[in-house]
Amino acid sequence: MVSAVFHSSLDTRSAEAKAPRVSVAAARAPIVPAAEAAPHHPRYDWRGLALKVVPPLLGIALLIAIWAVLTRTSTTFPTPGATFTEAVKVFSDPFYRNGPNDQGIGWNILFSLYRVAIGFGLAAAVGIPLGFLIGRFEVINHMTAPLISLLRPVSPLAWLPIGLLVFKAANPAAIWTIFICSIWPMIINTAVGVQRVPVDYLNVARVLNLSEWKVITRILFPAVLPYMLTGVRLSVGTAWLVIVAAEMLTGGVGIGFWVWDEWNNLNVKHILIAILVIGVVGLVLEWTLIAIAKRFSYDDA
Amino acid sequence: MSSFIEVQDVEMVFSTRKGRFHALREIDLKVERGEFVTLIGHSGCGKSTLLNLIAGLTRPTGGVLICDEREIASPGPERAVVFQNHSLLPWLTCFENVHLAVERVFAANEDREQLRERTQAALELVNMGHAAAKRPHEISGGMKQRVGIARALAMEPKVLLLDEPFGALDALTRARLQDELLKIVARSGSTTVMVTHDVDEAVLLSDRIVMMTNGPAATIGEILRVDLARPRDRVGLVEDSHYTHFRKAVLDFLYTRHGHVESAAA
Repeated sequence: MVSAVFHSSLDTRSAEAKAPRVSVAAARAPIVPAAEAAPHHPRYDWRGLALKVVPPLLGIALLIAIWAVLTRTSTTFPTPGATFTEAVKVFSDPFYRNGPNDQGIGWNILFSLYRVAIGFGLAAAVGIPLGFLIGRFEVINHMTAPLISLLRPVSPLAWLPIGLLVFKAANPAAIWTIFICSIWPMIINTAVGVQRVPVDYLNVARVLNLSEWKVITRILFPAVLPYMLTGVRLSVGTAWLVIVAAEMLTGGVGIGFWVWDEWNNLNVKHILIAILVIGVVGLVLEWTLIAIAKRFSYDDA
Repeated sequence: MSSFIEVQDVEMVFSTRKGRFHALREIDLKVERGEFVTLIGHSGCGKSTLLNLIAGLTRPTGGVLICDEREIASPGPERAVVFQNHSLLPWLTCFENVHLAVERVFAANEDREQLRERTQAALELVNMGHAAAKRPHEISGGMKQRVGIARALAMEPKVLLLDEPFGALDALTRARLQDELLKIVARSGSTTVMVTHDVDEAVLLSDRIVMMTNGPAATIGEILRVDLARPRDRVGLVEDSHYTHFRKAVLDFLYTRHGHVESAAA
């Protein structure tokens, strides 16, 4: 009721107080409950739900069907059925340990996620403040622009030898690779976000003569947050892409290593399972960050 | 005694990528304490630039601006600005938006409870007390502008600067906020400089109307003293011969003598 009043008139008094005196409000009165009646008894939108659920399922079914048809006579490439049976076996015991090179898929995923978390965390710790500096100070922007343009398109794996050289161990080298590949989107998006903070907000800060700390916490940070989260989302996606490749090269425990190990064992079913798992984990990472971004984005209208 | 705000031979030249743009020249203006002055002119005449100069948001390329016997070197809370597009921070509630200003000015001398009371009082003053917990996107344009005014007033500024504060509002809301502004200014006695392009608004609110010539290199064309008695009543004034006289004087300046550049060129 109250919200209806706000939309229809600027008067801050309640409609009840107005109705007896103002005929327009009285005439409007029956419309308001009618408009509100609809959401009270909503018919469930089965059609909409079906449109959301059926086509994706159809797509997946089609892929599996093509896969089944193509592998009917194949001896090297597993059928969907065989892969499924194997997957059940793999997931029934995800956390076993038979020596360093033979561990459950759960451990492999966790190790990969651990590397991504460290590398990505370090990249965020360095990249976001750096992005702020680049966005806020023209000189730093001009100083770093050529470096960023030059280094950003380099394939992350090209950095792996440098990591191996400096750290003399596979694990930190993989983390280093994640760090270097996931730092760029965060730097660039944060910097763009800072540069796009509306001048009006900064003018407000200047008129109020806010301290630099207040400017950062109350104006810059909230204004930049949506951009920053976009950077974070892109970074996590890249990091997850790169970790698989990096682990193939460095070995140890991890989903990328697992894929390579199963290739050496010619266990194609496990490779297919790994591909699916990598996809699912990537999707979950993406969704989580979208959810976080939605939580922190403000409505600017 | 010198005036409260003094603008002495101010010139403003912007250097843009396309070259130099001469916005204002030879601006001389004195505003007395408690006076309500409006700046009126066609768009692009530099009236907002002049307001920004008084606010201290931009520095002049020539001349001096003085407020309360001190040179205006930077913006400050003693010269509060109500921006054209309200400029409320969308991630803060109305209360927090006003509180940010209150905190800055009064935190040194008052405790937390007093600051909260001040904030709430400022919102009540513009009849927005009920929306304290709402965010700017949840309220209408007129309400946002009121909160913007509340934020400016809450600082108890020596000077209130308004940059087309009601420009984006519908006529009815605008009239209502003009009336509220008249009451608030009468109560607080603050010195007010307002930019507008609305002739009725200028005549209704002002003690003096500063009419500006067309840019580039705009300057003050004429200053009209509006000596209508206060409080002013918008309905009563419509048939007041003095009111129509002032209104005609402004219209005459704007359209007969200083028609817009585009129409003059045509």
